[in-house]
Amino acid sequence: MSALIEVRDLTKHFPITRGILIQHKVGAVKAVDGVSFDVNSGETLGIVGESGCGKSTTARLMMRLLESSSGEIRFEGQDITTLSGSSLKAVRREMQMIFQDPYSSVNPRKTVGSIIGEPFAIHKMLEGKGERKTAVQELMELVGLNPEHYNRYPHEFSGGQRQRIGVARALALKPKVLIADEPVSALDVSIQAQVLNLLRELQRTLGLTVVFIAHDLSVVRHMCDRVAVMYLGKIVEIGPGAPLYEFPRHPYTGALLSAVPVVDPSRHGTERRLLSGDVPSPANPPSACRFHTRCPKAQADCSEVEPQLEDSGSGTVVACHHRLTREEVEEIGVGIWG
Amino acid sequence: MSTGEPLLRVENLKVDFPGEDGVVHAVDGVSYEVQPGRTLGIVGESGSGKTVSSLTTLGLTRLQGAQISGRIMFEGRDLVSLKDEQLREIRGNDIAMIFQDPLSALHPLYRVGDQLVQAVRAHRDVPKKAARARAIDLLGLVGIPDPTKRVDQYPHEFSGGMRQRAMIAMALVNDPKLLIADEPTTALDVTVQAQILALMERLQRELGMAILIITHDLGVVAEMADEIAVMYAGRIVEMTSAERLFSNPEHPYTWGLLRSIPTMEGYTWGLMKAMATEGPPARQDLVPIPGTPPSLINPPSGCHFHPRCPYSQPEHTRVDPMLEALPDEPGHQVACLLESEQRRALWAQLRAGETPAEAIAAVNLPIQAETPEAGEAGTPQPQTPEAPL
Repeated sequence: MSALIEVRDLTKHFPITRGILIQHKVGAVKAVDGVSFDVNSGETLGIVGESGCGKSTTARLMMRLLESSSGEIRFEGQDITTLSGSSLKAVRREMQMIFQDPYSSVNPRKTVGSIIGEPFAIHKMLEGKGERKTAVQELMELVGLNPEHYNRYPHEFSGGQRQRIGVARALALKPKVLIADEPVSALDVSIQAQVLNLLRELQRTLGLTVVFIAHDLSVVRHMCDRVAVMYLGKIVEIGPGAPLYEFPRHPYTGALLSAVPVVDPSRHGTERRLLSGDVPSPANPPSACRFHTRCPKAQADCSEVEPQLEDSGSGTVVACHHRLTREEVEEIGVGIWG
Repeated sequence: MSTGEPLLRVENLKVDFPGEDGVVHAVDGVSYEVQPGRTLGIVGESGSGKTVSSLTTLGLTRLQGAQISGRIMFEGRDLVSLKDEQLREIRGNDIAMIFQDPLSALHPLYRVGDQLVQAVRAHRDVPKKAARARAIDLLGLVGIPDPTKRVDQYPHEFSGGMRQRAMIAMALVNDPKLLIADEPTTALDVTVQAQILALMERLQRELGMAILIITHDLGVVAEMADEIAVMYAGRIVEMTSAERLFSNPEHPYTWGLLRSIPTMEGYTWGLMKAMATEGPPARQDLVPIPGTPPSLINPPSGCHFHPRCPYSQPEHTRVDPMLEALPDEPGHQVACLLESEQRRALWAQLRAGETPAEAIAAVNLPIQAETPEAGEAGTPQPQTPEAPL
């Protein structure tokens, strides 16, 4: 497998300004602060984390919907952060996005046919009307919508079906990469599985590379080959799903996994390791290791020396001075048999 | 389940909202009991009536023009027939409620402490100073650090988890016997959710109150509840102990939920139990429930679930199933027209990883002609008007 996308030291700082006429910068929200990872061709990379960890900002930076503050995003070897005009448009054909809210991500005044056909219009493809209609109806069929409903409006569809419209639109240009930002979190539980299965099937049949962003650890486990865990703008651990979920090495990964409710009601009342406090503000993150203020294993060096991402020896890459041991992982009750 | 006198007994509750497009049958004949000191979990999707049934308990749907029938018995009194003033004495006193979004449930312009003091003095004739001391005590009890300072802060100075703690403190000011928690952790991150659930469990142990928890999250009820009621389209379709619901579910909708929600281990909830004894199943695909939840204005005839049920038989479109206890398991109630043996045979197949179609073939269930295909979108249904709530 080769890296289709390489992200290197990507940062996004949103300025905090004061003043009405003469605005001066008084600080910055470091939403994404030095993130590096690869996305291999044909895989699904999951990005998980709590609200404010920078996972959605990372997705938007990769799509160039936001301009990065520094760093590189290389798509097939070409840095796309400096592209503009027609060369940016060409790259966007290869990368498409699915959004969280199926109600606000489709234009209510357009028919489904013109929503799904819009990418063709933007890229001046399939100019003949009949041609475009056929292509759109094929796409509708592909995502499980009835092609006869070409002329209906979004309000005539349920939430799950609207999400299918969003998927069809994203697939119209036959992209190589699909970036899905919380694609099922607005859907009811019985509908979620329909959309998840659709995404998996499409990936298999079309050979898509998927970047899947979600806060739901179970959904990410189900969908992804590799998973990156983010905390306050940084990746703290990244690796294939199985080792990451069974033997997390970063205390934050362990705490996240331990916090998810377990199926077994007979384990009622077993004490889990609870993190104290809340996520600190990304405008003023803790020094060095950003997790040290909440970390049960924090030592003096955690607030002085920033840990770098290193091979953990158990299948993941982790940024931590004091990694979890096998005994500690068992103690916090992570893994299939607790 | 009927051990002694229940604290709360809901009998055949129906809540209708008349609207422009017709009457929305939000709750359609629901009965359940909450025992003192125990936890009942109600799970369901949006529009299943789980929130409306609990709001009605506190008379909070009256202003929306709801037509309510049935009885809600609490300590010998029927809450449905009480006057507003009488209900106000119970609300926030014997029965307290916490809501999903703590930011909109707390008043933004009053200090947290003042809101707590008001909650105390609404029901107790105590001096302000004593009420304030009580407020500080409770903020400490729910785990807010430095409560003497925090009591004078405004809600916007609290984080999401802190606000939910403050809401819980407010619910506890008058030592309620019953705490109704409506999606108490849905707006919170997973690590904060774990904190709040642990807090609720600790408070229940220490204060001995009963909890009615309403959620869409199977994990949360598995964690919290002693008994679980599964709601679909305004009705309870299955109700039993938490242990049994996950090991021996008998309603096809419950199976659908258990096979369609992934777990941390990469399997679905339904397969996890089987795995503990029989090892990992061969297949681990999600098996979605086909179709979409029905309109509550014009619900399907017969069993409300039949249009989405792979196992439905022709007569299920006409006959309305009752919520009945299993003959051999009085604590387990199911509203399904299949025979209990058929259901158990089907679930044995499903939990082994078979698809619904394979399970039907294996137990020789007659297949209905237009059984919906799993994962198929079906035809887009005309959008049903939203419920008024």
